[in-house]
Amino acid sequence: MQVPARFEYEKASSVEEAVELLRRLGPDAHLLAGGHSLIPMMKLRLAAPEVVIDIHELDGELRYVREDDGVLRIGALARHRDVLESEVIGERYPLLRDAETMIADPLVRNMGTVGGGVAHGDPAEDLPAAFVALGGEVVVRGPGRERTIPIDALYLGPYETSLAADEMLTEVRVPNAPDGSAYIKVERRAGDYASASIGVALRMSGGEIEDARIGMCGVGSTTLRARGAEESLRGQPPGEELYRRAGERAAEESEPIEDARGSAEYKRDLVRTLVARALERAVERANREGAR
Amino acid sequence: MRIEVSVNGAPRAAEVEPRLLLVHFVREHLGLTGTHWGCDTSNCGACTVLLDGEPVKSCTLLTVRTDGHEVTTIEGLWSGTELTPVQEGFHQEHGLQCGFCTPGMIVTGTAFLERNPDPTEAEIREAISGNLCRCTGYENIIKSIRWAVEHPARSRESRVGSRE
Ligand code: FES
Ligand code: FES
Repeated sequence: MQVPARFEYEKASSVEEAVELLRRLGPDAHLLAGGHSLIPMMKLRLAAPEVVIDIHELDGELRYVREDDGVLRIGALARHRDVLESEVIGERYPLLRDAETMIADPLVRNMGTVGGGVAHGDPAEDLPAAFVALGGEVVVRGPGRERTIPIDALYLGPYETSLAADEMLTEVRVPNAPDGSAYIKVERRAGDYASASIGVALRMSGGEIEDARIGMCGVGSTTLRARGAEESLRGQPPGEELYRRAGERAAEESEPIEDARGSAEYKRDLVRTLVARALERAVERANREGAR
Repeated sequence: MRIEVSVNGAPRAAEVEPRLLLVHFVREHLGLTGTHWGCDTSNCGACTVLLDGEPVKSCTLLTVRTDGHEVTTIEGLWSGTELTPVQEGFHQEHGLQCGFCTPGMIVTGTAFLERNPDPTEAEIREAISGNLCRCTGYENIIKSIRWAVEHPARSRESRVGSRE
């Protein structure tokens, strides 16, 4: 039977209070949202915080998914299910819906939160790669201050982020919607972490790919961005050969290691193939949108 | 820590350690052993209960998190005299073999049909994708939930009638 190590339990009733508790209790305190990343780690004693600060009562403040003036805002306590069921996401950010259908299972998606998934810093989490593709940023609150961090500057290493010990992630933002986007994941069985996943978001102009971003999950010690592959797409007319070359490039940029989910070479091959497929799907979606 | 939680509609007060997981609280402190404890790793769904009406995995939930909330276990779905449509469906369609996954399947299936009373087969499959059946009886589990879709009537007669 897996039992977490003993800890003290605090419950915050506002963001302000949560941040104040973090400040007072220091680096041995850990925020608990949906708990579907943290509790399994505590059960395995891979995490043993001295104090757990439960923030689930902040739903009123932090559970939302909405678009204001073209900016997508997802509150830290929005559940995976809220993202999956959001109409604005289905219409304007389809890669997030693609990703959510593949994250864990419906029961876990009822509890697991967007903020938790992003702040946890697990390189095998899908949402960070999806937000990297979207050019997202996170809003972070500390005692008496607030700042914004681009998501591709958030991850320093496995389970390591640039959040300070007294800071709390409160929102994930996407400044503008892409013209087309797609997320593709390969997993060994339903609900597993990715063997590899790829998120692509792009903007088209005059029949060419104006700009593209590619997020990669499960193929490095953090969430990766395939900058070289992105560069190879800029200003090019879409087509199979272009996607294939971008896939090659992204595979070179990935840093997979061999584990139970496959050999490094297999995962590199997945990157190659998934980048090409995700590009094709994203361009198709952009063209469909454009034709409307 | 002292908590007050509504379990199957009845208020319960208890003194619990913060690290106590809900599945153990329900089974050992309350004696409600219908909720099963399986993988202990949020994979199998045998431990599924409703938290404020939504199905969740109780092996991955701190009991203290339910303070002031409502928990419904498989025991709470039964009126005490007659089976619910989903329970009856499992009976009619042989939806269980060893029965280990069954409480979780029924809790998940019941909450799912509340939200989506006329699902497609693909939607049913997706809905139970967080519940594993180690006897692999998925076809009959899907038929059982389908049965409940087709027999939503609360009246006992109609269901008994359909058995003949
Ligand atoms: S015991 Fe909770 S999911 Fe298996
Ligand atoms: S009936 Fe045996 S586990 Fe499902």
